[in-house]
Amino acid sequence: MRIDNCFHCGLDIIEEEQIIFDEKGFCCNGCKTVYEIFSLNDLTCYYDFEKSPGATPLDINGKYDFLDNETIVSKLLEFQENDTAIVSLNIPHIHCSSCIWILENLSRLQNGISTSQVNFPEKTVRVIFNPEKVTLKSIVCLLSLIGYEPYISLENYETGKQNIDRSLTYKLGLAFFCFGNIMLLSFPEYFEIKEFWLDNYRPFFRWLIFALSLPAFFYSASGYYVSAYKSIKSRMLNIDIPIALGIVIFFIRSTFDIIMDYGSGFFDSLTGLIFFMLLGKMFQIKTYSFLSFERDFKSYFPIAITKINENNSEESIPVYDIEKGNRLLIRNQELIPVDGILISDKAEIDYSFVTGEAIPITKKSGDKIFAGGKQIGKVIEMEVLHTISQSYLTQLWSNDVFQKKVEQKHKNITDRISRYFTPILLLIAFLGFGYWIFIDANIAFNVFTAVLIVACPCALALTAPFTMGNVLRILGKQKFYLKNALVIEQLAKVDTIVFDKTGTITTNKKSNISYEGETLSEENLVIVKNVLRASNHPLSRMLYDFLPEMKRIKLEDFEEITGKGIRAKIGDNQIQIGSGDFVLNGYPIKGESDKSEDAIFQTAVHIKINEKYCGKFIFNNQYREGLSALFRDLSHNYQIKVLSGDNEGERSALENLLPKGTELVFNQKPEQKLEFIKKLQEEGKNVMMVGDGLNDSGALAQSNIGISISENVNVFSPACDAILDANEFQKMNYFLKLSKKAITTIKMSFVLSLLYNLVGLSFAVTGNLLPLVAAIIMPLSTITIVSFVTLMSNYYAKNLKK
Amino acid sequence: MLTQIRGMSVIYLLISISIVVAVAFFIAFIVAVKSGQYDDDYTPSVRILFDDEIKKTKNNIIQTTEEKQI
Repeated sequence: MRIDNCFHCGLDIIEEEQIIFDEKGFCCNGCKTVYEIFSLNDLTCYYDFEKSPGATPLDINGKYDFLDNETIVSKLLEFQENDTAIVSLNIPHIHCSSCIWILENLSRLQNGISTSQVNFPEKTVRVIFNPEKVTLKSIVCLLSLIGYEPYISLENYETGKQNIDRSLTYKLGLAFFCFGNIMLLSFPEYFEIKEFWLDNYRPFFRWLIFALSLPAFFYSASGYYVSAYKSIKSRMLNIDIPIALGIVIFFIRSTFDIIMDYGSGFFDSLTGLIFFMLLGKMFQIKTYSFLSFERDFKSYFPIAITKINENNSEESIPVYDIEKGNRLLIRNQELIPVDGILISDKAEIDYSFVTGEAIPITKKSGDKIFAGGKQIGKVIEMEVLHTISQSYLTQLWSNDVFQKKVEQKHKNITDRISRYFTPILLLIAFLGFGYWIFIDANIAFNVFTAVLIVACPCALALTAPFTMGNVLRILGKQKFYLKNALVIEQLAKVDTIVFDKTGTITTNKKSNISYEGETLSEENLVIVKNVLRASNHPLSRMLYDFLPEMKRIKLEDFEEITGKGIRAKIGDNQIQIGSGDFVLNGYPIKGESDKSEDAIFQTAVHIKINEKYCGKFIFNNQYREGLSALFRDLSHNYQIKVLSGDNEGERSALENLLPKGTELVFNQKPEQKLEFIKKLQEEGKNVMMVGDGLNDSGALAQSNIGISISENVNVFSPACDAILDANEFQKMNYFLKLSKKAITTIKMSFVLSLLYNLVGLSFAVTGNLLPLVAAIIMPLSTITIVSFVTLMSNYYAKNLKK
Repeated sequence: MLTQIRGMSVIYLLISISIVVAVAFFIAFIVAVKSGQYDDDYTPSVRILFDDEIKKTKNNIIQTTEEKQI
């Protein structure tokens, strides 16, 4: 047994903190507790399926008190009756077979749970329990206790059971059923041997085939008729028009053939065509069901909040019920749901997700605080100014950008081709008809229909779905998740890329702290560290974590001045730590004047010991790995711009890091970011926006393609077209190149399918299209096209430089 | 000649039966889709490998196949 990694969660164990239990090493008490629970209940099989599958349980003290509120609980439940209730919980940690196993054995841990079922792709667990024996709150607490904390947000409120659209599966199954049976029944006719019995039973076979083709023609292909009708109505020629036309002509001609006893008709090719095209549609839809691309602030907001009543009692109420004048209690790490005024003495609020500001802001009693910030530190009280719908943050969503439908934005490549294809096709059909009408009216009719049948752009319509579907999967494997296949085309068209700064090109995870000034002696460092230990200010915490581990000394005097700094006394030493104004008392620092502009915007903590200024710790942003290489590569082909909600403090650092000519814009509010994108688009640019937080959501929605960067793809990311795992950030250029190659592949394959059409047409215009010829050409072209695009896109994916 | 024709009419019966069987399978498919069997195509493949009873000894370690990375 290896001891250096935690047996439960697999993290490195810090030697002093290691806990040995049952001969196994754990990194913390939480992990040990989970193991204890499992071993007490004979559930240690959990560790057999996967090595170190667990997560450290987090402190949830009081976090789920809102689940005591009956109305909130009933909104979350899918189903509720006297002794049965069903709830679906989203659990981001689900990642392996051990997770499935333990969650499906919940009934052994908690009396009252009858069954629980995991949906792995969606990362949800559906629990059926008896509400008389166990409450939803205790289930949620149990899950949190064993490291599977569910993610409950405002989004879950009033969702209930969603209807899943399975019509494509039905249509595909039906088309396959019809296609297969018709193929079998058509076999005798292919060989057309003049045989007595065959002649005898021919009508029976033919009418049976006709009957079998009806469901495929009327139900499976119905989507094409609807789409064709819509596109005619809106005067746009899309690919569905020639397809629908082909299918209808196919059907009429074939029915006519058997009624007049001219031949067996083309029902086999007709149903085959419908089947293959639906298959392409199915292949193109690759959903990442554990991701959501449509999220707004709702999935970021809590579902309930603690309200303080007039008699000082606490009560959980749904956030929608918050009224003006209410007093709310916000705990550590909780989100502020509405705008309000701070009642408590002071608060540290992290607005990074809303404004892009990296460093938490200090607010004093009486200050206005805005919705969307996260409280860090002690419990605070606030008074509500606006209800949730009128808050500053939520009002961003009333912008028009969020109302419009994304599908309407672009026209895809197949539709553009079909704008030329359809008129040419009709022209050929009429020319053939015009030529033959003088020779033989019967043949003229045959030629006319045969042209429309054989040129039915089946191969053309299959190309894009299969290429896009394949590329979508390739990208998904590399943790770049696209909303749908259309996004690839948009990616290929991009010419301007706009990056957000905080959280996008910098990481939120760690800050880079550097020291400037006189070197601090070992003794002084110990003093500084010990003073910082007493402070709860976020910057103090960050700096404290940054400084090496040192011995502890007792503080003699300690005073924290809100928004300024700390004054403390250790032994005979007087120490002042804090902002420039506070520590320097207005005296300029030697040698600072020449670069004062930077200094104003810098986030720094100044140190003064015994009335002598020592220096300052500067908090720099930590840029993502490979950032400057990526920007250098991108700048060859794209215009790059960086937007930031932050101040100009990082300007010079960024200018050094990024290629020349990169436009940097600072102090941008969410609406300004949106306007910035809009302006670029008005100049005729195809803009890709790369962002991460709520503050970018307007810009993400406005841009031609919005990509959201996420450290953890399971948690929140704003509405966008694609989600990129933050660790794959440096691969962005490769993704863009691949999307361009996908379009090249489609174009090559269009040429190929046009060649097939030419061969087919030569049969058709000469009046020689036999059912057998159609039955061969059609699947042959389908198979070659599909394999061609798959091979090509895989080839490009492998051979492009990453 | 007459027996030959009569013998051949069995083809009506055979084809009808084969269509009925095919329709039965098709209906089974529809029912399966409707019940949501096709909504999650991954979890059942893992679930089937779990043992029904929970062992008190942890001697035999179950090796699962390579995990699908999502």
